[in-house]
Amino acid sequence: MPSENVTHRFHDLLALEPLSADELRFLLDQSKPFQEIQRHPLKKLATLRGKTIALAFFENSTRTRISFGTAASRLGADTMNLQAESSSVKKGESLLDTVDTLNAMKPDCLVIRHAASGAADFVARHLDIPVINAGDGTHEHPSQGLLDALTIRDRKGTIENLNITILGDIQHSRVARSNIHLLGKFGCRVTLCGPAMWVPRELEQLGAPNGSIRRVFQIDEALDAADVILVLRVQTERLHEPALSANDYVLLYQLNAERLRRAKSDAIVLHPGPMNRGVEISPEVADGPQSCVLEQVTNGIAVRMALLFLLTGSAAEQSEQPAPEAQAKSVSKQH
Amino acid sequence: MLLIKNGRVLDPARRTDAALEVLLDGERIAEVAPPGKLSAPDAEVFDAAGLIVAPGFIDLHAHLREPGQESSESIETGTRAAARGGFTAVCCMPNTNPVNDSASVTRFILDRAKGAASVHVWPIGAASVGSKGEALAEIAAMKQAGVVAISDDGKPIATARLARQVMEYCRSLDLPVIEHSEDVSLAAGAVMREGVTSTRLGLAGMPAAAESVCVARDVQLAELTGARLHFAHLSAKASLEQVRSAKQRGLRVSCEVTPHHFTLIDEDVQYDSRYKMNPPLASREDREALIAGLADGTVEAIATDHAPHEPALKNVEFDRAPFGITGFETALALALEQLVHTGRLPLLRVVELFTSGPGRVLGLERTIAPGQPADLTIFSLDRPWTFRASESASKSRNSPFDRRAFQGGPVATMVSGKVVYPSQAAARQGGRL
Repeated sequence: MPSENVTHRFHDLLALEPLSADELRFLLDQSKPFQEIQRHPLKKLATLRGKTIALAFFENSTRTRISFGTAASRLGADTMNLQAESSSVKKGESLLDTVDTLNAMKPDCLVIRHAASGAADFVARHLDIPVINAGDGTHEHPSQGLLDALTIRDRKGTIENLNITILGDIQHSRVARSNIHLLGKFGCRVTLCGPAMWVPRELEQLGAPNGSIRRVFQIDEALDAADVILVLRVQTERLHEPALSANDYVLLYQLNAERLRRAKSDAIVLHPGPMNRGVEISPEVADGPQSCVLEQVTNGIAVRMALLFLLTGSAAEQSEQPAPEAQAKSVSKQH
Repeated sequence: MLLIKNGRVLDPARRTDAALEVLLDGERIAEVAPPGKLSAPDAEVFDAAGLIVAPGFIDLHAHLREPGQESSESIETGTRAAARGGFTAVCCMPNTNPVNDSASVTRFILDRAKGAASVHVWPIGAASVGSKGEALAEIAAMKQAGVVAISDDGKPIATARLARQVMEYCRSLDLPVIEHSEDVSLAAGAVMREGVTSTRLGLAGMPAAAESVCVARDVQLAELTGARLHFAHLSAKASLEQVRSAKQRGLRVSCEVTPHHFTLIDEDVQYDSRYKMNPPLASREDREALIAGLADGTVEAIATDHAPHEPALKNVEFDRAPFGITGFETALALALEQLVHTGRLPLLRVVELFTSGPGRVLGLERTIAPGQPADLTIFSLDRPWTFRASESASKSRNSPFDRRAFQGGPVATMVSGKVVYPSQAAARQGGRL
C-alpha cells in the first residue's frame, strides 16, 4: 500500500488542504479497524485510558460534539466539555484566555469548533498540545471530509477518479471545502452547483492539480453521470444575503427522486446533517437506498477515533492495550 | 546653527540631486551651497557622508489615538515613532474619542503636541459631527484652530448628498477633502479582499469594487463641486484608473498609496491579524497597478495609515481583530526595498512621494532653500538593519514587518532645526555631530 511509505507525524489536524494524497489515504486506512469496532457488541477500548480530550465547542453543535465525545469514550479517554452557551465566552473572555484556562487543566488534545475561520489555526499556534479542527467558520471541517471519503470508499470501492457533485451553498460551507481538497487530490471531477452567489468563480481554483472543478448552475446538468452527490445543508440564516427565497431554492436545487435519476444508477447521496427535509433534499431521497446519511454518522466515530488515537501520542509512546491492528501499524510508522 | 556637510541633497521640487551643504538657523534653512562655500564657524556640524539629505517627510495619513485610545498610542509615542521613520510632520486623522469634529478637540491635539510631540502634528478635522455622516461639522472653526484637511476617515462620507455639501463647503474654505472611499454595503462583514485566497481561507471578502464604486461617486462629485479631493490609501487598479482619467480631465484630485499595499498582497493573509487592515491587501494585479501609479505620477504621496492597536485588541480571531497596522518606522525602508532597489522608480521620485508630493496635496511648498522650515530627513540607501516591533517607539506591535531585514532607512530626522531622531546625544556619540 502506498500509505505505508508515508512518514506520519501529525501534530495537529487543522485542514485537509495541506495534506498529500498519501497522508489522506493513511488517515482513511487508520480508520478502518475502528469501523470494525462500531460493529462489536462491546465497543469500548482502553487504548487511551488516562488521556483527557478537551472538547471546546464555541459554536453550537450536537452531532459533531457527540461524535468526538463518543470516539474519545470508546477509546477509554476522559473528556472535558466546554460549550459556548455556558462558557465564559459569554462573559467576554478572549479565545486565548479561554483556551489557556482549559489547557491549564492538562488535557492531551484539544478539539475545537468555532464560528471564526482560522480559529483552530490561531489556537494551534498558541498551544503545544495537538489541536483538532472540528469545524472553523466557513473554512474547513477536516474530520467530516475524511468520514465522507471513508463512506464513499466503502460504497464505491475507491475514491479515485469519481464524478462528484456538490449541491448548495458552497461559498459558506466548510464541509464543501474539505471535500473539494480531499477528492481533488484523488483525481475526482468535482461539479459545484447552486445559485451563482453561493458558487463564486474563485472556487474553481481551489482544487488539486490532478483534479478538476467546474461550476454549473443547472441541477440537471450537474447531476449528469454523477457517482456521488453531496447535498449541503441550506443554512436558513444564510438565506438572508442576498435574500433568496426558500421556495426558489426548492424549485431550482432540491435533490428529489426525479432529478436523482439523472445521476448514475448506482450513485450515492451524502449529507453532512442535520437535514432540512423538504428543502435541500426530498424525504424519499433522504430515506432511499442511495442515501448514506446514517453510515456517515457511524463512520464519523471511526474517523474521530483514528484521529484521537494518532494525535494524542499513544501511537508513539504506549503499547499496553493496543487497538486491534491499527496499533501495530502506526507504531511501525514511527520508526 | 547646524551645518549638514558631505551629504547628497535630493530636492524633488527643484529637481536637485547634488553634493550640497545645508545650514540651518533656528527654525529656518539659512543657506544652501556647494561644499566648502559656507562659512559658519559657530555652527554644530552634522556629517552626512554617504547619506541622502531630503526635505522633511510628510505623512498625510496616521492615527495617533489621542485623545481617547492612549493604551494603543499617544501623541508623544506616535510622533517619536514617526521621527524614527524619518517623518517631520504627521497628519492625524480625526477618529479619536472624542472625534476631532470641533475647534476645541483640534486645540487640545495641538496643545498636547506642543509639549509632547517630536515632529509637527497637523490635525485633520472630521467632515461630519462625530463622523456619523449626518450633520456638517464646524469646519470653519476647525480651520481657524489649525486643521489642514477634512475627512471622515475610517469610513467614507456617508451619503453622496453630504459628500457634495462637504466638498462645496471645503472648496469655499480652500481645504482639501480626504476621502476614505468604500461602499460600506459591498464591504459589510468583510475582513479581507475577496478573491481566491479569501475563498480558500473561508474569510468574508470585499470585492475591489467596494472601493472603486465609491471612488467613482467621489470623482463625479469633485467634478460637480470643483473641490480639492484627495483619496486616502487606494488599493485597487480600477480606483487608480479613475483618478488618472479625472486628472486628465483637469480635476483637482489626488491620491495616496500605503507601503503595505505596494508590498503585500491578499495571498499573504494566513489568519494572522497583523495582515488585517482596511482597505485590505489587494490582488497581485492591483499591487502592480499601484506601483505603476506611483511611477507615472497618478499617485501624489506614500502615506502610512499608521494604525496602532494594543496587543489585547489585535491578538484575537482574525474575524474579530480591528483593522489596521503600524507603519511609520518601516515606510521608507519598504519604499527603498520595493521601489528603488528593484529599479521600478528613480530615487528622486520616491523622495517626491514623501515630500513635495504630499506637500502639494496640502498646498505647501516642500523644498530645501533659504527661508524654508528647517525640517530635513537624512537617510541611508544601503545600511542593513532589521525592524523589530518589540523595539518600536510606538506603544503598539501590530506590524506584519516584524523582524524583516532591510537595506537602507532613516538615519536622522531634523525638525525646526533640531535633531529629533536619534537624540542629539546619540548623534554626537555616533560621530555624526
